[in-house]
Amino acid sequence: MMRGLRAFPGLLRVGFVSALAYRAEFLVWMLAYTMPLIMLALWTAVAAEAPLGRFGEREFSAYFIGTLLVRLSSGAWVAWDLNFEVRQGTLQRRLLWPIHALLTFLAENLAALPMRAVMSVPIAIATTLWLGPVWVKDPVQIAIIPLTLLGAFLLTFLPMAMIGTLSLFWESSLSLYDLWLALYTVLSGYVVPLELFPPQLKAAVHALPFRFMLAVPVENMVGLMTREQALIALFWQWVYVLGFAVGAAGLWRVGLRRFAAYGG
Amino acid sequence: MRRYARLLLVQLRAAVLLQMQYRLDFFLEIGLALFWIAAALAPLYVLFSMRDAVNGWNAYEMLVVVGFFSMHKGVLATVIQPSLNNAVEHIRKGTLDFLLLKPADAQFMLSTSKLELAHLTDVLAGLLMIAWALEHLPNVHAGPLDLLFACLLFLCGLLILYALWIMVISLAFRVVKVDNLSYLFVSLFEAARWPASIFRGALSLFFTFVIPLALMTTYPALAVLGRARLQHFAIASAVAGGLLLLSRFVWQRSIRAYTGASS
Repeated sequence: MMRGLRAFPGLLRVGFVSALAYRAEFLVWMLAYTMPLIMLALWTAVAAEAPLGRFGEREFSAYFIGTLLVRLSSGAWVAWDLNFEVRQGTLQRRLLWPIHALLTFLAENLAALPMRAVMSVPIAIATTLWLGPVWVKDPVQIAIIPLTLLGAFLLTFLPMAMIGTLSLFWESSLSLYDLWLALYTVLSGYVVPLELFPPQLKAAVHALPFRFMLAVPVENMVGLMTREQALIALFWQWVYVLGFAVGAAGLWRVGLRRFAAYGG
Repeated sequence: MRRYARLLLVQLRAAVLLQMQYRLDFFLEIGLALFWIAAALAPLYVLFSMRDAVNGWNAYEMLVVVGFFSMHKGVLATVIQPSLNNAVEHIRKGTLDFLLLKPADAQFMLSTSKLELAHLTDVLAGLLMIAWALEHLPNVHAGPLDLLFACLLFLCGLLILYALWIMVISLAFRVVKVDNLSYLFVSLFEAARWPASIFRGALSLFFTFVIPLALMTTYPALAVLGRARLQHFAIASAVAGGLLLLSRFVWQRSIRAYTGASS
């Protein structure tokens, strides 16, 4: 563990340089996050006729720009990488390193964040110019923005790492990720702000992990939550992070015993 | 011409046989497709539980547009995407040489090389959505002529989609990593799920002139609802024809510049 922590800055540097090297490809991946803008078009058209609850055109715009920003800063791709490395057998090289393999993946995914900021900071500035100061004003809530974003990133990364680890048992584990993504799309507030959901559904959505991956950081960022609500949500978000971290580490231990390194 | 029809049958048979080998994956894919359809309908369900109409479109009229979108997406995922991803693989590995040597048109051979039959689910679901919506639209009497008109417009949309996709793939001859370009294309295409009038400002310009989404889903929907005019067909067929010619030209230019990737 200590060795992993000491090596971590170096791994981050390597990851950053490799993200920089493939910057054109990286840019195309970033441009593909169009869903928030498509939803923004729909919901602002709705709100142009009359506001829905406390959502007018301005609130919808801020909310969906917020989802875009959170998506940009919490993306991970470890499921594909792990599945690929298991099938190709190249995972064995990584296993020889004196650090937990999941930590090396974490470093690679985390290291892309500065590049992602290159996209998201101008978007945030442009939004401020377009809509005025829509962001939260409470100092405590501003202070926890980075924490909620990091939590959202880890809640994206850890379940993905678990599904990637499942490749050790089952080759088509990526289908499971597809299912997870479909659930996420609806239940995280990606296509509809969660408070517009019918009341029966709201209770279920409230307890599931998906909203902590997107809606919680967004609602905190654009001031749709009170300070108390935000702090409670932050607490539960990190409880989920801890739970998934334990789950991923456990699954990895079990799965690794089955790894036989196909290929050479 | 007859030769190509026979060739098409042979290609399709091979593609189907290939699919039959992976039966579990096939059913898994169908299940997932159903899940995604439900996910795509969720925002509309929420929206129309609070509102009767948006921008002049009520729930069922909107569902017709979504139905056409789902059909387009199904065809894209069944035929176009797998074949042309196959093309990128050929280009990268240098095995395109073998295909070019065959005594048939390379674009034809590539375009029919692979099928993902599970995604026909989206096509079927799209048809069902349209039929179901028509049941609930008492003021719309879609006669055979309207339906024929809608089919023609839908076909134009498919041709536009195919032409755009060929042009994206032609990029693979220049930049090797094209799999994320296809991903970008699919995510832009998602915007076609709403009636074109929803988009305003810069977005509406982009989706009219760069990617003519309105032609693909809104026009056929208008035809089903009995609101399409002949000029809609004129525009759609002109754009489809123009883009097909352009894509053929781009493809041939790219093939000519291709020098093989292997030894």
